[in-house]
Amino acid sequence: MSNPYFPLAILFLAAMGFGLAPLGLAWGWARLFSPAKPNAVKNAIYECGLESRGDAWVQFRSAYYLYAIIFLIFDVEAVFLLPFAVAFTGLGAGACVAMLVFVLLLAEGLAWAWAKGILTWA
Amino acid sequence: MNAETERMAVEPDLKIELGKQGVFVTTVSEIYNWGRKNSVWPMQFGLACCAIEMIATTMARYDLARFGAEVFRPSPRQADLMIISGTITKKMAPQVVRLYNQMAEPRYVIAMGACAISGGPFKQGYNVLKGIDRYIPVDVHIPGCPPRPEALIHAFMTLQAKIDAQPLTGADRPRHLDAEAQGLFPVPEQGAHDLVPPVNRLVWPLPAPAAALKPGENCG
Repeated sequence: MSNPYFPLAILFLAAMGFGLAPLGLAWGWARLFSPAKPNAVKNAIYECGLESRGDAWVQFRSAYYLYAIIFLIFDVEAVFLLPFAVAFTGLGAGACVAMLVFVLLLAEGLAWAWAKGILTWA
Repeated sequence: MNAETERMAVEPDLKIELGKQGVFVTTVSEIYNWGRKNSVWPMQFGLACCAIEMIATTMARYDLARFGAEVFRPSPRQADLMIISGTITKKMAPQVVRLYNQMAEPRYVIAMGACAISGGPFKQGYNVLKGIDRYIPVDVHIPGCPPRPEALIHAFMTLQAKIDAQPLTGADRPRHLDAEAQGLFPVPEQGAHDLVPPVNRLVWPLPAPAAALKPGENCG
């Protein structure tokens, strides 16, 4: 009783009851009075009016990793470069070296992608 | 207690008289239907140009939220009302019927506009369904091409009055309280020349137009 948060706990329980009681009433009413009418069309998984075809366990081509790498180079690098450039004058040598390693790693990826010829849009 | 005695439980005059004395009298069915009619959630899908009017109805100027129907659900599982807003092509009709089948009971249908009722200006077309009530039961029809938002609101209020008048027991009770009521409405399939079957006999008692024509002349 002495705990100052005790009224909050009471309010929390009341709020929970306020939300759960109508749900429970609705559920109870449905269980008591509404007969369930399932059928094959109603129980279908897909809800867009179309029938689902084939298997949901489709495989994506592993070749998409190339696009992921190029996305990393051009997008994520820019995200890190901008704050780096803003804070550049206040950074020490260690931070600059770390950033250099990061940028060179990505540049190496770019050079590799270039050499592999995937930058040409065919 | 059957439907008749339940409806007679509180006579309107007596109710008004008691209300003057500060006594509020009601029945379970009134409370239940009051809740149902003020929480009809339409399904979020538009078929053609009538859908623009339907969207306008939900917006601030017409404000369907006043009737408790602003929650347009993107899934048929959570929707109570299907507003057939526009032309139903024969390509689209199976999807519409399938979505109707996937809605939870009790479900209601408003056929909005001339196309949804009868095919409208495209009635002579080879690819347009001549009214959705050939496959699913329609509760309220709205004429118009397209109907104004006021007409849709009127249809909605008509549906609310219909829900309010449904007794919870007896032959007129809503379908979700009737274990014998039909739950599955057959989904038509694309045939060589028309949808197969051309009508659902359980909801469309009139003779199918195709039956009166020779094969190959099928424009129904």
